[in-house]
Amino acid sequence: MSSASVPPLSIIVGDEELLVDRAVAELVAAVRAGDLEVDVHDLVPSQVTAGKLVEVTSPSLFGERRVVVLRSAQDLTKDLVAEVTGYLKDPADDVVMVLAHAGGAKGKALLEAATKAGATRINCAKPTKAAERLQFIKGEFSRADRQITADAAQALLDAVGSDLREIAAACTQLVVDTDGRVDAAAVARYHTGKAEASGFTVADRTVEGRLPEALEQLRWSLAVGTAPVLINSALAGAVRGLAVVAQPQRGVADAELAKRAKVPPWKLRTLRQQARGWTPQGVARAMAVIAETDALIKGAGRDPAYALERAVIEIAAARGSVLR
Amino acid sequence: MLKRMSVFDDLVGQDTVIEQLRSATRAAGEQLAGGAGGGMTHAWLFTGPPGSGRAEAARAFAAALQCADGGCGHCSSCHQVFAGTHTDVLYVRPSGLSFGVDRTRELVLRAASRPTSGRFRIVLFEDADRATEAASNALLKAVEEPSPRTVWLLCTPTAEDMLVTIRSRCRQVRLRTPPTRAVVDVLVNRDGVAPDTAAEAARAAAGHIERARRLATDPDARERRSEVLAIPARLDGMGACVSAAARLYELAEAEAKATTSALDEQEKSDLKAAFGEGGTGKGVAKAVRGAAGAIKDLEEQQKRRATRIKRDTYDLALMDLVAFYRDVLAIQLGARVELSTGAHEADLMRVARASSPESTLRRIDAIMACRERIAANVHPQIAMEAMTAALYMG
Ligand SMILES: [Zn+2]
Repeated sequence: MSSASVPPLSIIVGDEELLVDRAVAELVAAVRAGDLEVDVHDLVPSQVTAGKLVEVTSPSLFGERRVVVLRSAQDLTKDLVAEVTGYLKDPADDVVMVLAHAGGAKGKALLEAATKAGATRINCAKPTKAAERLQFIKGEFSRADRQITADAAQALLDAVGSDLREIAAACTQLVVDTDGRVDAAAVARYHTGKAEASGFTVADRTVEGRLPEALEQLRWSLAVGTAPVLINSALAGAVRGLAVVAQPQRGVADAELAKRAKVPPWKLRTLRQQARGWTPQGVARAMAVIAETDALIKGAGRDPAYALERAVIEIAAARGSVLR
Repeated sequence: MLKRMSVFDDLVGQDTVIEQLRSATRAAGEQLAGGAGGGMTHAWLFTGPPGSGRAEAARAFAAALQCADGGCGHCSSCHQVFAGTHTDVLYVRPSGLSFGVDRTRELVLRAASRPTSGRFRIVLFEDADRATEAASNALLKAVEEPSPRTVWLLCTPTAEDMLVTIRSRCRQVRLRTPPTRAVVDVLVNRDGVAPDTAAEAARAAAGHIERARRLATDPDARERRSEVLAIPARLDGMGACVSAAARLYELAEAEAKATTSALDEQEKSDLKAAFGEGGTGKGVAKAVRGAAGAIKDLEEQQKRRATRIKRDTYDLALMDLVAFYRDVLAIQLGARVELSTGAHEADLMRVARASSPESTLRRIDAIMACRERIAANVHPQIAMEAMTAALYMG
């Protein structure tokens, strides 16, 4: 965004603070890029008065450009909203006005007035879907001129949770601490806090038939102390999911399928993708392997790590089993 | 229930055993009177398949030994033995999966004291096969060097379940699987069950009397069994296998809960009554503190028992499935035998036509493997998913 392209009026709509901060910072940076002498007035409602508004928007003596940011514009008093609306009808040439609005019903009149005055709208709502968060993670890496694999992004999301600031911080850490393309193993190395999540990753890679990654994940999971029985139960869960979606009982709705597979409804799509390449025979074989492995893990005098390694290999191999 | 005429009335289809125990009782009487009493001995091993009534036979024998009248079934001594309140009969029912050495040593000590009521000091050890190795060795000592008036009654499914050194010092009482006819009779005459229901329950339970009684008197239990037996014909895909395993799991949990909650409540109220709950006056506070500890112990025991009952219940459901496939096999091979799952004839025929005897045998093997896995502590759902998948693949 060059200085010339910065619109005189922007409205940032949404409640995700991280994104709002970033949008403001980008606008300011764009203005600065064209003009080093820029006054930035970043104001929260308690700092705003009619006098202050006049002061920051009236023509300046030396013609330097100004950026006026009104944060939480939905919280401005009625009188101040009238002042701002008045300004919007006759804006100053050298002022870049930025209104940040939470996006709810409160202070809607100001939002409408700004839109009418031709404001450029930037959406900064909290992402609600996993796909949006994954997109965000990818965006974080491309901002840093780096790449992250899709499964690594998923693993990161599983490990960190849904708070965007935490995700951003985790991305920054990975960018700084690693080289090249970031893969699932790298994520596992840095985010070992949620051990059970790593069991799920082992299971996912296994049923996808991605044996090298599955074995690598398995080593990591065991190294960070995930209980073998949890890893096996994650394998059982993944195979159960395959069984449920690959050969569903007739007339069973998706919501019910999700319940039987013990996954949230949105995960059915992942399951269906994973189920490609699996035959009933293969699934039955995988179930037998898992039961046997459970017995080996719980039996005395055995090596649970080896039992799991064999299970992962045999299940991944079962994936290719021919149709009967 | 009719009035008991003899302590042996409850033993169903065990005429030989009853004869053996009656003559031992007579010999014991002679012994007490100062005679030789050669037919009596101090250690007995009661064996027999599940449900044949091992523990019931041992209990009847204990009552007969304590009764001045050789087991009349209605004197106060007989009642006390049956109610579990006789001071000279020590009951051991391992509530968990194993019985440790500490408790065994304590038991041996208590068993050695002289009988307070003049006749015998009897230990009735149900499921003695649950004794750990160390516990068995402690037990061996007691059986090797018996106190003069102490009698050990050990119960296990087969003689091989006991250490050979213990086994060789015991006289064995072998119970057999009671014939269906005898089970029907007892359900009709003793429990007042309608003949049709009794016959069906007896066939279904295949000689397991308690199971037959449960099926005959509890409609929910019948319903659960019928649902288990409906599973084979419904396995038409992997999705169905997962659902069937989940359902089996639920049914077994429900059945186990029904069994345990009744027992738990009764025991707790008995214990509270024993501690005189609701009383007032001196010493009550102390008694209440004691009661709290005892109740905690009881709850621990009940928890262990619940685990055991759950496993036994999975086993029952799995044995129902085995019965189904054995009937399928009988049909496939044209054998003229009494079908224990005859009520599901349409399903039996369907499965029999759609598969070969070899595949039926593989299916039975899969169920047996599942039983072994559950016994080896494999998560029941995982074990049963592997099983239903194998049943589907055939
Ligand atoms: Zn009597």
